[in-house]
Amino acid sequence: MDRAEPFVFWVFALPLIASAAGVLVARNPVSAAISLVVAFFFLAGIYVLLAAHLLAFLQVLVYAGAIMVLFLFVIMLLTTADDVFARTRLKLMQAAGVLGAAGVVAVVVTAIRQAGPMPLSAPGAEFGTVRAVGRVLYTQYLLPLEATSLLLLVAIVGAVVVAKARI
Amino acid sequence: MIDATQYLALAAVLFGIGLIGVVAKRNILVVFMCVELMLNAANLTFLAFARRFGNVNGHAIAFFVIAVAAAEAAVGLAIVIAVFRSRGTLNVDEVSSLKN
Repeated sequence: MDRAEPFVFWVFALPLIASAAGVLVARNPVSAAISLVVAFFFLAGIYVLLAAHLLAFLQVLVYAGAIMVLFLFVIMLLTTADDVFARTRLKLMQAAGVLGAAGVVAVVVTAIRQAGPMPLSAPGAEFGTVRAVGRVLYTQYLLPLEATSLLLLVAIVGAVVVAKARI
Repeated sequence: MIDATQYLALAAVLFGIGLIGVVAKRNILVVFMCVELMLNAANLTFLAFARRFGNVNGHAIAFFVIAVAAAEAAVGLAIVIAVFRSRGTLNVDEVSSLKN
């Protein structure tokens, strides 16, 4: 495991960065969405490497499954021919924004480097399993969990109210 | 041997890509996708620190982030549909009535 982990990390990290950048360079919203689905799959691989098995499963199920299907439906409902071929001109403000974003990344990466080595603890056999996460969710985080169910209900009703032409 | 800094740097790069997309892209749907990318970078940070300290609480927080992201996507896409219906455009620069 120790020997293989750096290798597997890069096997997942490089395609992850490449497909995330693909979202930026894609000119068609559909190819941007597909690129994002690929990025979510590789990110799920990184989660498995971090011993977060339940979260990796939810990543594929909720993100790559449910949310991206919603995105694709909306893209196919709304995208017109002009939007597909519209070239985004990089204006001065946008160029400055890109520079600022790159600066943010540079600052954060420098801070991480200066924080010194952060060795990973060896995960126990139960770490990140449904049993371990579920036990925390249904004891310590019971109230936030119930609040989340309420939030999802409100989001469903709100989405219908906002998107419907006439109630 | 790999340590948590590599995962954190990866999360920073993902967040930066999302931030560039939010700032530079003009299609409102692509802007939304980049917001999802930034949320995922935050999740990766939570999970990296959870593994660093062997503490499963980070997994619970990441679970809530995914749930909130699902709610956000549903409401946000409904707003996109409403904007497209009233303006007929997906360009974020042309939706500026709150600014004036």
